[in-house]
Amino acid sequence: MSSYYEPKDLEKFGGIGKHAKPLADEFFKYYGMVTGADGALTKREKALIALAISHSEKCPYCIDAYTTACLEAGANPDQMMEAVHVAAVMKAGITLVHSVQMQNHLQKMVL
Amino acid sequence: MNTTSETKYDFDALLRARGVELPPVAIETLQINVTKLCNQACRHCHVDSSPARTEKMSREGIDRCIELLAKHPGLKNIDITGGAPELHPDFDYLVERAVALGKHVMVRHNLTVQLDPHPQTGESKEYLPEFFARHRCEVISSLPYYQEYFTDAQRGNGVFQKSIEAMRRLNSLGYGVEGTGLIFNLVYNPVGPYLPASQASLEADYKRELKQKFGLTFNNLYTITNMPINRFKLHLEKSEQYTSYMDKLLAAFNPTAASGVMCRSLISVDHDGAIYDCDFNQMLGMHVDDHGHPATIFDTDLDQLLQRRIRFDSHCLGCTAGAGSSCGGTTS
Repeated sequence: MSSYYEPKDLEKFGGIGKHAKPLADEFFKYYGMVTGADGALTKREKALIALAISHSEKCPYCIDAYTTACLEAGANPDQMMEAVHVAAVMKAGITLVHSVQMQNHLQKMVL
Repeated sequence: MNTTSETKYDFDALLRARGVELPPVAIETLQINVTKLCNQACRHCHVDSSPARTEKMSREGIDRCIELLAKHPGLKNIDITGGAPELHPDFDYLVERAVALGKHVMVRHNLTVQLDPHPQTGESKEYLPEFFARHRCEVISSLPYYQEYFTDAQRGNGVFQKSIEAMRRLNSLGYGVEGTGLIFNLVYNPVGPYLPASQASLEADYKRELKQKFGLTFNNLYTITNMPINRFKLHLEKSEQYTSYMDKLLAAFNPTAASGVMCRSLISVDHDGAIYDCDFNQMLGMHVDDHGHPATIFDTDLDQLLQRRIRFDSHCLGCTAGAGSSCGGTTS
């Protein structure tokens, strides 16, 4: 079945430099610097952050890639699921904190 | 000679293209696969070991190994593997003779064999920790993770809890305890088609978690990459992940890791006495050639084997990916 998200398409990501190559080159260099090695954060911590963002941004490619990356960084399913919960509560919190705006406006609307 | 038609994963061609040469450097370790019998049937096992296997080395073969150890001072180590090598009827005999010759004895001990009855005879192996300690064997044990989920997924239900109990018994005799000299190393391998994390970071995690949760200690953690052969290869093919795993290994080829591969300093012997470059080649039937015949412990001059050409195939990509992989962990 045809789909906008084909798992094999992830392999084509490196080919985005077919057009505007210098920009793609800079992006991949930056990407590698950020995710490819321990820095102030370990590779595992960065992979867990990326996994959480993969969920909040709803990217199937990234979910597959960073599930593997987390395993290859030594993370376990508890840590990975906890990272997804962080994304989930942020989403919930972001929704709920906007209710302050609703309350503000509500006050103006109520005599 | 390449035994597969997978030109994409032609290891010899890769070495040539990268200008890497891997001749033998020494024969320091005699690794003997004494039996394919095991009390476990792990999902990744490259030996396809299980309680149903019956292959085992004859007493004549065991005696010949001991003779070779005595005759070759350069053979400093004996690495006894299987299956669960302790299930071989002459296991104790082999260890005792090797120790008497002053050799360093390493045992690939799966932990649960201490607690499970012998699959064929029902005999108890609870004496093993004390036996290992008396002979000061180095004990090397697989524990795929410091948690139950991954460990049992790979090695079978209940294996984690039994492994913890077996480790407790080894620790109580001083194994893995600083200052005793009784060496107890653990082996990590991924539970699926991915590469191991950094050996140092995983070792730190294992030490912290096993100490905090169970009060257990060990010496070193060795990370090993899963070899794409036998039972694990079958899993990769069934789950349509073989090509992506091989591509991953190929992309992670590391010449520095390649220079440290274990086949350059050991020879592997099967239960029939045939000689191989490593335990993986053994499982693939890729014997060392001795003038047109399979080399064996009975009629091959070991000194000549330093001149041999090590046989490589696509599975060797597993030992050269990332930080490298061997029976002693990373190679770079």
